[in-house]
Amino acid sequence: MRFPPESRKLSSGLTYRTVSSTLAPMRMTLIAALALSLSPAALAPAAAATREVAAGPDAQARLQEALILAEPGDEVVLGPGRFVLTDGISLDVNGVTIRGAGMDRTVLDFSGQKDAGEGLLVTSDNVVLRDFAVIDTKGDGIKSKGADNIVYYKVRVEWTRGPHPENGAYAIYPVESTNVLVDSVTAIGSSDAGIYVGQSKNIVVRNSVAKFNVAGIEIENSYGADVYNNVAVNNTGGILVFDLPDIPQQGGKDVRVFDNVVVENNTPNFAPAGNIVATVPTGMGVMVMSHYNVEVFGNTFAENGTGNVLVVAYPNETKDAKYNPYPVNVLITGNTHGRAGWKPALGGSEALVQALGGQFPPIMHDGNGRDIVIADGVPVLSLGLTRAGQPRSEAQPQILPPASAAKKPSLPAIVLPPAMEAAVRR
Amino acid sequence: MRALLAALAALGLAIAARAATPAAVNTAAIAEGMPATLSEFALFADAAKQAPAAGVVPYRLNTPLYSDGAEKLRFVYLPAGAKLAAGEDGLLQFPVGTALVKTFAFGEGAARKLIETRLLLHRAEGWVALPYQWNAEQTEARLALAGARVPVTTPAGEAISYRIPNKNQCKECHGLNGAVIPLGPKARNLDSAWLDGLVAKGALAAVPAGSDTFPKWEQRAAATPESAARAYLDVNCAHCHRPGGMASNSGLDLRWEQHDPTAIGIGKRPVAAGRGSGGLEFAVVPGHPERSIMVHRMASTEGGVAMPELGKATVDRDGLAAVERWIAGLRR
Repeated sequence: MRFPPESRKLSSGLTYRTVSSTLAPMRMTLIAALALSLSPAALAPAAAATREVAAGPDAQARLQEALILAEPGDEVVLGPGRFVLTDGISLDVNGVTIRGAGMDRTVLDFSGQKDAGEGLLVTSDNVVLRDFAVIDTKGDGIKSKGADNIVYYKVRVEWTRGPHPENGAYAIYPVESTNVLVDSVTAIGSSDAGIYVGQSKNIVVRNSVAKFNVAGIEIENSYGADVYNNVAVNNTGGILVFDLPDIPQQGGKDVRVFDNVVVENNTPNFAPAGNIVATVPTGMGVMVMSHYNVEVFGNTFAENGTGNVLVVAYPNETKDAKYNPYPVNVLITGNTHGRAGWKPALGGSEALVQALGGQFPPIMHDGNGRDIVIADGVPVLSLGLTRAGQPRSEAQPQILPPASAAKKPSLPAIVLPPAMEAAVRR
Repeated sequence: MRALLAALAALGLAIAARAATPAAVNTAAIAEGMPATLSEFALFADAAKQAPAAGVVPYRLNTPLYSDGAEKLRFVYLPAGAKLAAGEDGLLQFPVGTALVKTFAFGEGAARKLIETRLLLHRAEGWVALPYQWNAEQTEARLALAGARVPVTTPAGEAISYRIPNKNQCKECHGLNGAVIPLGPKARNLDSAWLDGLVAKGALAAVPAGSDTFPKWEQRAAATPESAARAYLDVNCAHCHRPGGMASNSGLDLRWEQHDPTAIGIGKRPVAAGRGSGGLEFAVVPGHPERSIMVHRMASTEGGVAMPELGKATVDRDGLAAVERWIAGLRR
């Protein structure tokens, strides 16, 4: 990852920057001139530039053109104000930073969007997105696909009308990428997941806020993720770790969910039916479905009406022979549990709810999978199911007494390339 | 440095060539840069009438991509001595120096208005996509890197805001594993007679196997429901819905050659559809087009629901009917 050499952070904390108005054709002229002198300097890449884009008339074309003409190392700087956009915008140049004046000051407003599946699409590597907001897109908010070493920092993606089934699916949506950093973002109102990382490798999601989404944060079909220091509040379910069939990358594994605050996730599920998150019970803290090697520890849970933690097998029928619907090697330990389970909304468990007097213990396990260790000092409801897809009406429920730690978390921490960590310190 | 010198040399040669025969296609413009106007390429003898220059050959696709009912005029310019091969899935492999040209127009006869001309240029570094927007006077088309919106009336009489894609959006459809590729000219979707012409010219060793297998769209009623629908899905959806395409993460693979029922959507649950699911469970439910997410999304024009996501402001009633007919006939 390269950064514009003009930008230097001074010890005062102010950023000093020489603004270059260099446009691509001028730069090409410069290179041509150097080439004529046959200087070796002609081979050096053009100096990285800062391309400023202000809010105002014709923002769609000016912003999109800046993103197309940007060259590796450039920083596209968005001024404060509201950018009124009519279509999705996209970036396909490696090594570009898009920087706004702050997630409350620079707002990309897609409420009049006519086209495209998302607001901002990134398809290049080594990109940093920071200090701006994307609001009211028709589909997803910001999607990065096949975009390695992507950094989302201090961005906000929001559907401003609050929870609504016609909001876009994902607010922050990196997919099919290696090395993903989501840090200090805010995601509000997604009809699927606020921060969704899918089919990716080596992921960190931290210091972020997800609220009023169906799922606050979701790690799906991914390999290696640390999810920590986040606040998931007022979602239907706070944090999900899922592995699903019939998609290219399967066998999701190695995810740590720790030191998060996961409270009051009681927003009634507003996901359109057909999507897997439509099955998330309202009032859920952390939910693990299928998946290998998951550790949930050090989190603070409270006021989740169905429960704080749920571990289940994939419930639907699938013809995917490669897919394992069962959770394997899951550890739940060292979390703090406040009130939970007073309003259980676990579909197909009505008789059970009645039998338990309407009060569930904070942790539930459907009984499926292997090496599921739940040792968190609170009672656990086991449904006693023995196969994926078995109806919950066949449950052999059992309340397991509180157990204490038999095992410590041991998955290694996710390490990102240093340039990605450096990008969020600047 | 070598590339730079080569480019400078090419430029010099091109200038010399143009001086000698001013009507020739501007091969230097095909080779590099982003010319501001379409006329700089000299691809047309009369651009307003879409009369191609010498060496620029028109062609058609059996089953075309739907673009709000736009009339599409397709041309290919092959460099001198070009030799083509048919690659995997029958996509013709064009040599460096090739230009694929597609003009979008609305209106009949004298009332026809050219809206945009899209170029796919095969350069030393790969294919490059450039969109050109026609002016109201129909005298010139100018580079529209950031795309544009143009009010048009479709042949069905709908007034729409027609979207000229920006340069990146060109790649959203034409991208495969990060590189730009042509989509249309696959042997299976090209007329045998046209391919015979290439063979006669010596540009193609032989007509590739599997050529001309997609039904001619205007004759689709005579084709099987499966072949009409699968050809339509291949042409209209599979540029994204395939491994390496923009929608690869969905796991839906709508290429003609894909035969796995789940991969083509049968009994497949949505992955990232969001509200696009419309409350339905599966992409394709055999015997039930009305319960199939595929049909629901094709029948929508609403951002976030409508498929395809780009280049569509109206529903393709004919394409939708072809897909509905196929799904209705699938065994439950």
